Amino acid sequence: IGEIACRVIKTCKKMGIKTVAVHSDVDSSAVHVKVADEAVCVGPAPTSKSYLNMDAIMNAIKQTGAQAVHPGYGFLSENKEFAKRLAAEGVTFIGPDTHAIQAMGDKIESKLIAKAAKVNTIPGFDGVVKDAKEAVKIAGEIGYPVMIKASAGGGGKGMRIAWNDEETSDMGFFLSGHISDICANGFCWCLQVLADKHGNALWLNERECSIQRRNQKVVEEAPSTFLDPDTRRAMGEQAVSLANAVKYSSAGTVEFLVDSKKNFYFLEMNTRLQVEHPITECITGLDLVQQMIRIAKGYKLQHKQSDIPINGWAVESRVYAEDPYKSFGLPSIGRLSQYQEPLDLPNVRVDSGIQEGSDISIYYDPMISKLVTYGKTREEALKKMEDALDNYVIRGVTHNIPLLREIIVHPRFVSGVISTKFLPEVYPDGFKGHMLTAGERRELLATAAALYVAAQLRSQKFLGDLRVSVVPAESRQWELCVELDKSVHMLGVSRSGNNYTVEIDGEKVEVSGEWNLASALLPITINGKHRTLQCLLRTAAGEISLQYLGTSFKLRVLSKLAASLSKHMPEKVPEDTSSILRSPMPGSVVAVSVKPGDNVAEGQEICVIEAMKMQNSMTAAKTAKVKSVHCKAGDTVGEGDLLVELE
Amino acid sequence: MVIFLTKTHQFPKGGLCSPPRERIEKKRKAALTGGGQLRIAAQHKRGKLTARERLELLLDPDSFVECDMFVEHRCSDFGMEADHNKYPGDSVVTGQGRINGRLVYVFSQDFTVFGGSLSGAHAQKVCKIMDQAMMVGAPVIGLNDSGGARIQEGVESLAGYADIFLRNVMASGVVPQISLIMGPCAGGAVYSPALTDFTFMVKDTSYLFITGPDVVKSVTNEDVTQEELGGAKTHTTVSGVAHRAFENDVDALLNLRDFFNFLPLSNKDPAPVTECHDPRDRPVPGLDTIVPFESTKAYDMLDIVHGVLDEREFFEIMPNYAKNIVVGFARMNGRTVGIVGNQPKVASGCLDINSSVKGARFVRFCDAFNIPIITFVDVPGFLPGTAQEYGGIIRHGAKLLYAFAEATIPKITVITRKAYGGAYDVMSSKHLRGDVNYAWPSAEVAVMGAKGAVQIIFRGKENQAEAEAEYVEKFANPFPAAVRGFVDDIIQPSTTRKRICRDLEVLASKKQTNPWKKHANIPL
Repeated sequence: IGEIACRVIKTCKKMGIKTVAVHSDVDSSAVHVKVADEAVCVGPAPTSKSYLNMDAIMNAIKQTGAQAVHPGYGFLSENKEFAKRLAAEGVTFIGPDTHAIQAMGDKIESKLIAKAAKVNTIPGFDGVVKDAKEAVKIAGEIGYPVMIKASAGGGGKGMRIAWNDEETSDMGFFLSGHISDICANGFCWCLQVLADKHGNALWLNERECSIQRRNQKVVEEAPSTFLDPDTRRAMGEQAVSLANAVKYSSAGTVEFLVDSKKNFYFLEMNTRLQVEHPITECITGLDLVQQMIRIAKGYKLQHKQSDIPINGWAVESRVYAEDPYKSFGLPSIGRLSQYQEPLDLPNVRVDSGIQEGSDISIYYDPMISKLVTYGKTREEALKKMEDALDNYVIRGVTHNIPLLREIIVHPRFVSGVISTKFLPEVYPDGFKGHMLTAGERRELLATAAALYVAAQLRSQKFLGDLRVSVVPAESRQWELCVELDKSVHMLGVSRSGNNYTVEIDGEKVEVSGEWNLASALLPITINGKHRTLQCLLRTAAGEISLQYLGTSFKLRVLSKLAASLSKHMPEKVPEDTSSILRSPMPGSVVAVSVKPGDNVAEGQEICVIEAMKMQNSMTAAKTAKVKSVHCKAGDTVGEGDLLVELE
Repeated sequence: MVIFLTKTHQFPKGGLCSPPRERIEKKRKAALTGGGQLRIAAQHKRGKLTARERLELLLDPDSFVECDMFVEHRCSDFGMEADHNKYPGDSVVTGQGRINGRLVYVFSQDFTVFGGSLSGAHAQKVCKIMDQAMMVGAPVIGLNDSGGARIQEGVESLAGYADIFLRNVMASGVVPQISLIMGPCAGGAVYSPALTDFTFMVKDTSYLFITGPDVVKSVTNEDVTQEELGGAKTHTTVSGVAHRAFENDVDALLNLRDFFNFLPLSNKDPAPVTECHDPRDRPVPGLDTIVPFESTKAYDMLDIVHGVLDEREFFEIMPNYAKNIVVGFARMNGRTVGIVGNQPKVASGCLDINSSVKGARFVRFCDAFNIPIITFVDVPGFLPGTAQEYGGIIRHGAKLLYAFAEATIPKITVITRKAYGGAYDVMSSKHLRGDVNYAWPSAEVAVMGAKGAVQIIFRGKENQAEAEAEYVEKFANPFPAAVRGFVDDIIQPSTTRKRICRDLEVLASKKQTNPWKKHANIPL
């Protein structure tokens, strides 16, 4: 949450500017509060009472005598009211002026201005839709799919894609919406612009932001693989002319949708620093926050268009506290019990506002960090990203590293064929984690077996003077039984020093490494290849969870004897879940549509849970009578909490 | 040898003096198959392993040395004397072996022989290894799976139980005793596990009760299932009789191996030290932010405990009973330690009857077996109310106080937040011979919380809020205790691990004795 504040404070420190962080009460020990010179609490956890509470923030400004405000992104960053109030107090808003915020903030007005500035715009209906009926009618005229967007609201907020009439009318809550057709398989590119208060503007190349889930970006890169210099220049020039048209000053981003024929259309302009700005910084060498501060101070731009290079390639992965196995990412919360950024690797940048011990709460965006890698070429940057993701230790919350790690090695992504529908097309049945090849499977089994043996050997080592001598079982050979995904493998392991030879189905796998059983990271060599795995869990009963190629795999390693005796163990009957509705994620209950005694049909909505910008409709798994309701609107629930019981 | 005479058909050709090899082999084979293949199959069908399979899994490969394999029961009533009613070894397998190379004495009741029922011979076998365990100084592990007394033997069987109970008591505090309940254990039989240091259970297949559901029905007219009356869930959550439950036999035995590594072999041995890969001076940055600013807000004491320990590995004892106190074993720089911590997440971490008893028993075990205790304190006091007073919180609370006070092992205490009232004294305070007592900056050592204190000190005064602020300023911090030397230092939470590891090193040679007494008189 305080990620961008930390980012801004870093530049301020470099420039010798003192900083004041504002925070909500739950964030009082957050990193951004710690790194700032001063901090002011602006209210309780809900954003409406703290980070969006203008009165409290204005007070904080007065109290500390701050001369300028960097609004970051989200929250009040594109709020013209806030910018106005700052201006009235004579405090500099580090961003464009109110006029530009207003003009670009309105999706309809911005399109009209763009049209006038000769910027390509998407064909579609640019107007306010009165009600669901009208929405259906207009959508029908344009042709499905259509994108319906609330007039105000940035990023993915309030943006929905409807594929048919029913979905369109379901979106009744976006009544003041705006409909445009969406390029069915488009790209999303963002052109970074920088304009000063003296009429100078530059474009700082594009960012490819097509990999999205729920219309929010996940992986971004700069430059784009698809864009040729001519198109780039054309887009850049249009972006600059739009900036000039609204007398834009500060850093801003013009978003374009691009179809497969490289026709690009203006989508919107974000009048703030964007989340993914670091990749632009990587390839241009500019510090955008520094530029924004300079511009706000009234300085002229230092650079000319011809000074703006594209040096190498940068990739950004947004690391979220969310479960990628549920609709590519349902929010998760928790305490980061262990947290270690892969900063010891070269050319890796991590922008985060958290540290070990931080809480990811339901109140704010579940982003953990932005992991940026840089290389001379795209391959190099992507390879770095693999290493960085493998070396990134996050414990205590479910995170999306499995998905990120899969995306960046997916042949389609690697070849550069990226679109906004990448995820649903590549994973039509949802994300299932890394699919192991036979060779990878052997590597994983061998590692688990070697780890097991290393741990077993250590548990026989007792130090100090012993009254009764220890007689360890003399063994250089182990016969183990390793279970993975319900299939069982017999393995033979032999060891010499730190080298383990594991025999699986007649194939030999050599595993070696420094077995530090306390370390979260497991840097090992498997058949001569260097790999970094992570050991997530190791229990006395032989359960071992390993994070391998990003995905966590559950294994069970048993001695041959224990495995053979296990067959007598009773099968535990799992709880019948069809009559129990549990919360799939932590969040708050928005609405409960049933009461005890009601009859519900299979698939009928029972309640709605909201967490971190997204609503989740919970439906009945079978047709039954409602036995009991354990939640009410407004309740806060945890993942797995019982919501409703059916008979 | 009477046995030879009664079995004339087995008379060897060579005469009485040299029983032939095949006869020994035959007996040995019979002993190894216990109650026979049919009963073994039935045992497996119930989801249970046989007595010997269990030992094989519990002990290191080929380390089991059996004792009394040829012992048979001596009952001659009710047709018990018949040949087919005799099983070499009777209904228990006994001996010694190794767990991760360390010596342990074991007995494993064999349900396939007369339902594992306890005969005089059975008891005699158990007593024999217990006696030897005490002489040698090695723990005893009992794997219980027995239908109860051997009814046919009558009083002989009762005597057998008492013989075992006596040895349980004699061994108490001399060698660690562990019971793993892996089947029924009913009637008088339950008192042997109850006398041992730890009782573990297997979920769904083990039961502990004084009287079964049928008797309960006839006496009190209560309808209750075996599982509800004495299953693993009942005893690990409601009664506090069992210390932990495991999924099945295999899971339980593998966990027991792991648990065994925490224990010293006897009261003459120091707490074991194993090879440690976790740096002893590892900072734990997460601890600096874990205690919330509002003193009414909860946090999870286990987050602190896990952060400080070697490899975050914590073998919690009674994790689902009296959850307002957390106790269990762990290692610090490889050395076994006992952890006691108030759990603010449950009932604000207050001390009540159950948590006091849970804590007291754990502290006494650690003290008996030279295991240093690390206490994490965040306690708002004892739980008020009639339920607690009528239940005898005074005498039960006194147990915890007594246990901490009498303990002479190294005692390290970290006050993370609240240490209020009498509960402050109880929780291994300096005054109870705490060796090293630390306070975190968030610590508040006081008679009570600010609100209550102000209501008493400034009764009737108007400016309560102001008075409260003054009280907070004065007392809701570590200074009042630190200036008096009641805490040795105020430490940065992230350095807690480093500090404790260093202290343990120093305190390893601590020598302290209590005055001579026949035995102390803990308020039971």
